[in-house]
Amino acid sequence: MSIATERRGLRRAKRLADAQGDRTIVSDYDRRRRGVRIGMRATHVFLFVALIVAGLGPILWLMKAAVTSTQDTLQQPFALWPNGIDWANLSTAWNDIGISLYFWNTIVIALGAWFFQLFIATTAGYGLSVLRPKYAPILDGLVLATLFIPGIVLLVPLYLTIVNPPLVGQSMLNNYLAVWLPMAANAFNILLVKRFFDALPREVFEAARTDGAGPVRLFWSIVLPMSKPILGVVSVFAIIAAWKDYLWPMLVLPDPAVQPLSVRLPAVQSQTELDVFLAALAIATLIPIAMFLAFQSVFLRSAGLGGAVKG
Amino acid sequence: MTTLRENTVVRDERAVDAAIPKPKPTRRTPLTWLRGGGLWNLLFLLPMIVVFAVFSWSPIVQSVIMSLQKTNLITSHWVGLDNYIAVLTDPLLGEAVINTLWFAVLAMIFGFPVPLFMAVLMSEVRRGKGLYSALAYLPVVIPPVVAVLLWKFFYSADDNGVFNTILGFVGIPAQPWIQDAVQAMPSLVLEATWAGAGGSIIIYLAALLGVPPELYDAAEVDGASIWRKVWHVTLPQMRGILFIMLILQVIATAQVFLEPFLFTGGGPAGATRTILLYIYDKAFRNSLGGAYGEATAVSVLLAIALALLSWLYFRLTNRWSSS
Repeated sequence: MSIATERRGLRRAKRLADAQGDRTIVSDYDRRRRGVRIGMRATHVFLFVALIVAGLGPILWLMKAAVTSTQDTLQQPFALWPNGIDWANLSTAWNDIGISLYFWNTIVIALGAWFFQLFIATTAGYGLSVLRPKYAPILDGLVLATLFIPGIVLLVPLYLTIVNPPLVGQSMLNNYLAVWLPMAANAFNILLVKRFFDALPREVFEAARTDGAGPVRLFWSIVLPMSKPILGVVSVFAIIAAWKDYLWPMLVLPDPAVQPLSVRLPAVQSQTELDVFLAALAIATLIPIAMFLAFQSVFLRSAGLGGAVKG
Repeated sequence: MTTLRENTVVRDERAVDAAIPKPKPTRRTPLTWLRGGGLWNLLFLLPMIVVFAVFSWSPIVQSVIMSLQKTNLITSHWVGLDNYIAVLTDPLLGEAVINTLWFAVLAMIFGFPVPLFMAVLMSEVRRGKGLYSALAYLPVVIPPVVAVLLWKFFYSADDNGVFNTILGFVGIPAQPWIQDAVQAMPSLVLEATWAGAGGSIIIYLAALLGVPPELYDAAEVDGASIWRKVWHVTLPQMRGILFIMLILQVIATAQVFLEPFLFTGGGPAGATRTILLYIYDKAFRNSLGGAYGEATAVSVLLAIALALLSWLYFRLTNRWSSS
């Protein structure tokens, strides 16, 4: 099923649901019955408690532990600061175990991954959907085929490619391009963007061409501005994937000075005191959570889209 | 509706083609190619072609070649199927396959029904849906490495460990969690379920919106209770997406790495060494240069198994949608 039809289907479903007052399993008639009313109230309480405990609980606990001394965390994990708040953990983690450097590395990796993924996905999507030369179907097929090859098959040969890259002549280990470029070879992004471009109205392109817009102008001034929703989705995917990645950066960035948080945190654990380590974990979650709170709707839309496309 | 739309698109494309003054396509020469915008087309596609060629297509081909060779980065020679024979006769691989299957089965028992159950409940409440979705999705946002390291601390076998303290509240004795060969794998799956449920919940919530409301009305006319509506309308209508999620989950669990690597390193006593950990150990554990051939042989076998699974999934979904 294509994304466009899926989305249209969802929108239709939503409209229908709105028109009928959120028609779901439990009907309005059901809701007037006493037993069902109590059941719905119980459902509310259950959902609220379960989601607060499971969704927010671990994060709140981590935030609390980040400013608690090791002794208190170990002996009374659920007591709220029996011996006072230990703010020093945060600054120790930030300065003394070098979280500030790894934090910066993570941001650089995420921004680069974002740029390269967006660049490749939009230029390729534009080439395959709008320009569409004669050989486009072959490229379509080759890109799509990689979706069915699990990433794990690539692990060893890709690593050897980085150690001994073609034409460059020297190893790309410890070079951020070794993280950015393989992430940019992402068929899923290209598929998403291409399908979005496919659904854009061709009349607009035609009009722009008649007005003398060349391929670059058409791309930059017409197609990209019309595609902000999908660019937001790809951006979220790209930044989150880069922030989460562990195995690949660990392999191609062996030098601790260039490693991101995800690789450094497990490595420093054994030489770090527990309270400082938990503070470091808390710092590492701040940006993703802040991003989620700021762009909640884009995140949730991306998550739903993931299912629609995979289907 | 779809056909109508496709027709319009085709017509529009013809109109666009007609609008561009093209030289008569009698003979295609480099000059006509250039005038027709061929260079720009290539320039736009070139970044993608280069990146895919170097970092996707060629490694795929290489992995098949390498699985038939012995390599030490400088020289390599053909060894036929020796790598395959070596790994297939290695009892450690058998153990890794069984561990991975065990992870997949546990993930199906814990991880599959929980998000569905939560999504059905969440779709029924009328207030606070946005808040509930956000709360459910929050664990997905936490970087997986942070989540694993945090849960590793939660799983402390100590009496004062976080989970053991909670068990203590309800009078259950302290558990060894990941330090015990039997409890380690379920503990890993529990964390993975917590970390992944939010994404599935969001997908199920969208799918629940797609169930035609007429069906519920019809069921009510026939006097169906709430439970019968769930069982006879909702679940059958969700059949497609449920099956897709199941296949995707199996494909994902077959490649599980982070949890066993960071929680237990494959221990205790190899109880959590999965296929990916086996591949990693073969290729990268030895700093003098790994058994790359054997590692890729396992990767290729795993890829074939997963490709068969995807194929099966496409066969089944095609049959369902055509019937």
